[in-house]
Amino acid sequence: MKALYKIVALVGVSVVTTSCFNKSKPNYQFFPNMYESVAYETYSQSGAFKNGKEGQLPAKGSIPRGFEPYAYENSTAGYELAKANLKSPLDSTKIDSKKGTELFNIYCAICHGEAGDGKGKLVKREKFLGVPSYADRPITEGSVFHVITYGLNSMGSHANQLSQEERWQVVDHVMKLKAGL
Amino acid sequence: MKKVGNHKSFSKILLFSLALVLSFSFTSNAQDAAAGKALFNSNCAACHKLDAAMTGPALRGVTERHDTAWLHKWIKNSSELIKSGDAKAIKVFEENDKKVMTAFPQLSDADIDNILAYTSQPKEEPKAAAAGGGATAGAQEGGVSNNLVLGVLAVVLAMLVAMLLFVKNVLNKIAKANGIEAPVKEKSLPIWIAFARNQFLVLVSVIVMLLVGAYFIYGYLMQIGVDQGYEPIQPIHFSHKIHAGDNGIDCKYCHSSARVSKTSGIPSLNVCMNCHKNINEFQGDADSTYVEHTKEFYSAEIQKLYDAVGWDKTAQKYTGKVKPVKWVRVHNLPDFVYFNHSQHVSVAGLECQKCHGPVETMEIMRQHSPLTMGWCVNCHRETNVNVEGNEYYKKIHEELSKKYGVDKLTAAQMGGLECGKCHY
Repeated sequence: MKALYKIVALVGVSVVTTSCFNKSKPNYQFFPNMYESVAYETYSQSGAFKNGKEGQLPAKGSIPRGFEPYAYENSTAGYELAKANLKSPLDSTKIDSKKGTELFNIYCAICHGEAGDGKGKLVKREKFLGVPSYADRPITEGSVFHVITYGLNSMGSHANQLSQEERWQVVDHVMKLKAGL
Repeated sequence: MKKVGNHKSFSKILLFSLALVLSFSFTSNAQDAAAGKALFNSNCAACHKLDAAMTGPALRGVTERHDTAWLHKWIKNSSELIKSGDAKAIKVFEENDKKVMTAFPQLSDADIDNILAYTSQPKEEPKAAAAGGGATAGAQEGGVSNNLVLGVLAVVLAMLVAMLLFVKNVLNKIAKANGIEAPVKEKSLPIWIAFARNQFLVLVSVIVMLLVGAYFIYGYLMQIGVDQGYEPIQPIHFSHKIHAGDNGIDCKYCHSSARVSKTSGIPSLNVCMNCHKNINEFQGDADSTYVEHTKEFYSAEIQKLYDAVGWDKTAQKYTGKVKPVKWVRVHNLPDFVYFNHSQHVSVAGLECQKCHGPVETMEIMRQHSPLTMGWCVNCHRETNVNVEGNEYYKKIHEELSKKYGVDKLTAAQMGGLECGKCHY
């Protein structure tokens, strides 16, 4: 009987020690004040602002460094104007077709397809329908840039994922794909 | 005999031809709708769904609302129809917030008829749901039967034990009745007293116990502050398995700032809405072998996203009432160490999976790596740096190669082990 008690005690202790680790809770920290930043970190909470977040919108009317204000508004009229007038500021020396291809494959190819034929993986799996081939649409440099910036119909704006310069690199790749289709 | 046979074959032919005619008419209808579906998916589905409003109105049963000839005109060039002053066209235009529909002059009359045939098909009953229910019931049955087998085994074992005891009892009784005495065991020294008297054994076992104890205490202390395997529950269930795995969306589509900044970036909800403006319910029924929850569960999670971002699904509009999502951070380096994503993703060109593990198979995001210093340093020691095409630093790289006498430099040899690189 004594041996039985010992076995029970041993099993009990091992269960208690192993069950303490909870996957949904972070582990103990040694000196947490060396782990946590005193300064605001990205996405951290902060009592300094009303909504309690570190991430704040920039003040109205402020322009980030290196940013060029975009003259065309988000409307059908703005789209037509951009389509007719807007030209890429990148000359042939600044065009980085490797980067353009890479960015296109990350951000566009999932719907538009790597060849620009509107047969991306999401379209093939019928998650996202009605993506046109670039060959069927009268697109220009300006209209492509405008649509990446603001989105059109079901396509959302990709302005927060791609900087202006990156968008122009993608535009260049799109026009190359259209010419090749 | 012969006559009867003839009769039979005649009626057979009649039946057969009737069946043929019927089946032919069915297949021809189906073909129309099938062709219409393909056309609808490639031309209309960007803005229209059959049963829900999107950019444009829902189209199921549109032929009952408008006459076919008018629809043909509208589809071919709606803006021209509106300009011509067609009262019905103007009414439809204004009902739908004056959104201009793309003209489709390339569609032939037959194409449009096919599309309209597709839109007038009755709504399919949710067969998949019933099948899914059956499947889950089946799975449950499987679980029950497993438990049943185990239970039966346990009962059988218990019965065996009981039978042995019973047999022993009976044998003892028989022995008693026959006057045979069972041999009495001589009482020997208890084992722990024998052990305590042997001092050498006590010494050895104490040393072993101390060593084992030290091993476990060291192990416990070393895992403090290490969150490997941390798997928090997020406020909105997001399956990396569905998004990055099955749908093959690039990691950097959502975590776009990993390319250009220190943090990898938690995507803001507008990135979710780039796709989920259209995908308003879980659509994985056809190939739902890979999912771990029901369609209702996933659709409810998409609804949580809509509530957070303030999207009205029926009106297809943002309401402006937002509820920011309090995501739980999974990977967190201490403040005293500097880590930059862009340096590893864009400059070194590492795959995200190198540190984050097979995220594309994770239903719930989990910390794959320990993120300890030893782990960082190990990789810096092993990884060769691609120095090709880097003319600016060519001379330095050549001299470093000469210094260490190697062809390919590792990150450690280029200063990846210096304390001040990460701790400052």
